[in-house]
Amino acid sequence: MSRHRDDTGAKLGMWLFLFTELFLFGGLFLLYAVYLSRYPREFAAAGREMHVVFGTANTAILITSSMLAATAVSAIQRDERRRVLWSLGGTVLCAAIFLFNKYLEWSAEISHGFYPNSPRLAAGPPGESVFFSLYYLTVGLHGLHVLIGGTLLIWVAVRVRRGVVHSGDYVLLENGALYWHLVDLIWIFIFPLYYLIL
Amino acid sequence: MSSAEQAQPCTEGGFWRDTGRTGITSWIFSTDHKRIGLLYFYSTFGFFLVGVMLGLLIRLDLMTPASTLMGPQTYNALFTVHGVVMIFLFIIPGMPGAFGNLVMPIQIGARDVAFPRLNLFSWWLYIIGAGIILTSLFTGNGPPDTGWTFYVPFSARTSTNVSLAVLGVFTIGFSSILTGLNFITTIHRLRAEGMTWGRLPLFTWSLYATAWIQLLATPVLGITLALILAERLLGTGLFDPTRGGDPIMYQHLFWIYSHPAVYIMILPGMGVVSDIIPVFARKPIFGYKMIAFSSLAIAAAGSLVWGHHMFTSGMSDTAILVFSFLTFIVAIPSAIKVFNWVSTLYKGSISLEAPMLFALSFILLFSIGGLTGLILGAAATDIHVHDTDFVVGHFHYVMFGGAGFAFIAAMHYWLPKFYGRRYAEKPAIVGWALMFVGFNVLYFSMMVLGLKGMPRRYYHYLPEFAPLNLVATIGSWILALGLIIMLVNLFRGLFRGEPAGDNPWGGATLEWSIPTPPATENFEQEPVVTHGPYDFTRTGEP
Ligand code: HEM
Ligand SMILES: [Cu+2]
Repeated sequence: MSRHRDDTGAKLGMWLFLFTELFLFGGLFLLYAVYLSRYPREFAAAGREMHVVFGTANTAILITSSMLAATAVSAIQRDERRRVLWSLGGTVLCAAIFLFNKYLEWSAEISHGFYPNSPRLAAGPPGESVFFSLYYLTVGLHGLHVLIGGTLLIWVAVRVRRGVVHSGDYVLLENGALYWHLVDLIWIFIFPLYYLIL
Repeated sequence: MSSAEQAQPCTEGGFWRDTGRTGITSWIFSTDHKRIGLLYFYSTFGFFLVGVMLGLLIRLDLMTPASTLMGPQTYNALFTVHGVVMIFLFIIPGMPGAFGNLVMPIQIGARDVAFPRLNLFSWWLYIIGAGIILTSLFTGNGPPDTGWTFYVPFSARTSTNVSLAVLGVFTIGFSSILTGLNFITTIHRLRAEGMTWGRLPLFTWSLYATAWIQLLATPVLGITLALILAERLLGTGLFDPTRGGDPIMYQHLFWIYSHPAVYIMILPGMGVVSDIIPVFARKPIFGYKMIAFSSLAIAAAGSLVWGHHMFTSGMSDTAILVFSFLTFIVAIPSAIKVFNWVSTLYKGSISLEAPMLFALSFILLFSIGGLTGLILGAAATDIHVHDTDFVVGHFHYVMFGGAGFAFIAAMHYWLPKFYGRRYAEKPAIVGWALMFVGFNVLYFSMMVLGLKGMPRRYYHYLPEFAPLNLVATIGSWILALGLIIMLVNLFRGLFRGEPAGDNPWGGATLEWSIPTPPATENFEQEPVVTHGPYDFTRTGEP
């Protein structure tokens, strides 16, 4: 069967998928909004326990990675394979650093007794326990997406190396980059909500 | 079509034959939308039959006020599994998965869907999810007992196998999202030349609207189910009042998906009926644009009414008022459809064959379901009938009398096209008549019981409810008998019946213009569409 190619269709499909991701996180943001309005003081107190340095560093890292992903797309159009591979490698490296930072940050928080169902939170006001549960779920789900996105980009890089993805057929790379931008975008909402505004 | 070809259309030809592989792998790894459609058909319809069995057992227990057939725990598991199977394994994936896949690409003049491999992946996700749900029944501390709604706090605390069941439903949700994504892209990108939006068959229009709901609402179900898992496994306490959580928030999240989900169930059914009615009335559809538009209107407005499930849960009066008002608004596009179908029938030359009988009963049963829905949507009356058998009667009218009957109508209308043979007409009509009568005896009695105060989800009840419960159980037997006759006749016909011919009903949509059964690539060359889907001036009498 002759496979017909439809890049616009493929991109449309990706955009639709990105909408579903927004709604997936939307459920958690909805809970955040409701519980913030119910427990403004507890949220503020709990928010002070966040490590703004880690959050800021991770924000910078993700924005850089998004830029690198965009560079990869413009490089493939000019068939600069090496640049594509370097850019994708950079993106994946950023993803790894991001996750490593998260690991350090979570370890610190957990060692302070902040984790779902912890004795410390059970003894404190209920709003704080809600805050930390939401924080771990949202950031954890986002971290999972970083992992998936990074894996996806590695796979795309392999295809680029093999020459399957090239200037005449690079919708796969475009879609990979689109996905990565979404992962970045969601973090751009998480960061202020949990680290800055409280 | 020449008579030589007419002599042997059967499951030997078309897409049944021309494929590289053979045996079971030529099916379960096929990317042909027709084969995937049939895979969905067999699996979803198989689960429908399982669900029916469970439903009959529930009714058997309810035949007498203090039945000794089973204990309360078994009863709780029964209605939970019945609900989960019917909702998540049959009616939501069924119509898009089976008939959407079989028919939609042909209706728009395409060779396949936009992402054939993703399509196959969707089916596999469905099967894996179904497998997980089945596993949850036989392992751990026994089948889930929460009701299909998985309400917290009970679902967070019960020791039964809720986690596994929830994981299965989550997987199936993912499958549903991918089907929706695939269909939207297909309808946007793969319409044949001349297949303008204004010439799209109404079944395809309904799938388009459905696909948007699948795409945008299902992720909310996904996160809701994930939160139940988090409650159970990590103890996040987000819905636990002792730790600052709020169970009402669970209900909100659940219904933000599950109300739109009832439109995933019913919209494709409305599409089937919109395609069948004009063919059997031999008249162009009345109000094509309004029917197409109302599908989108239902999809949009239907996403704003979820709160009507929570009038008794402790929402503010303002919220109740707003949700009640919006619920009445959604009734309008549904009514538009009903009026247009009836207007199509007016002065038509109606032929009462099996697909038409099921379609006509859809109109009646769905209307009853819709109007009783308004009784539930009006806050004042809902307080009285909430959580009674009235609700159970209402949603069976919509989901079974509506979506279920439409599914059966689609089976009689389209399956001969794909199997190449057709069923006998008389037994089909007998089966329909028994189903129709049994259905009403069963669920109308339950609605009356609900008005009298019989609660739902109870395995024993007060003696004063006994007579009508007996009637309802007898109704369930009549319904089951009709179902058996319908099925035996249909499947015997599909495999051994008379050849169906290319266009048994005289339809004007594209699927009737190609050989029976369709070839793997559907069209020899890409069709050029020159007329609308209900323009019968060019198709002869059947
Ligand atoms: C012969 C067919 C069927 C019979 C006899 C039947 C019977 C019943 C009965 C008696 C109940 C109420 C249990 C209770 O509240 O105590 C029930 C619940 C339910 N039924 Fe059916 N039913 C049938 C078909 C269907 C179909 C086709 C669907 C959907 C497409 C469906 C969906 C449901 C759902 C969602 C519930 C609610 C379960 C819960 O409370 O969690 N049923 N059914
Ligand atoms: Cu609803």
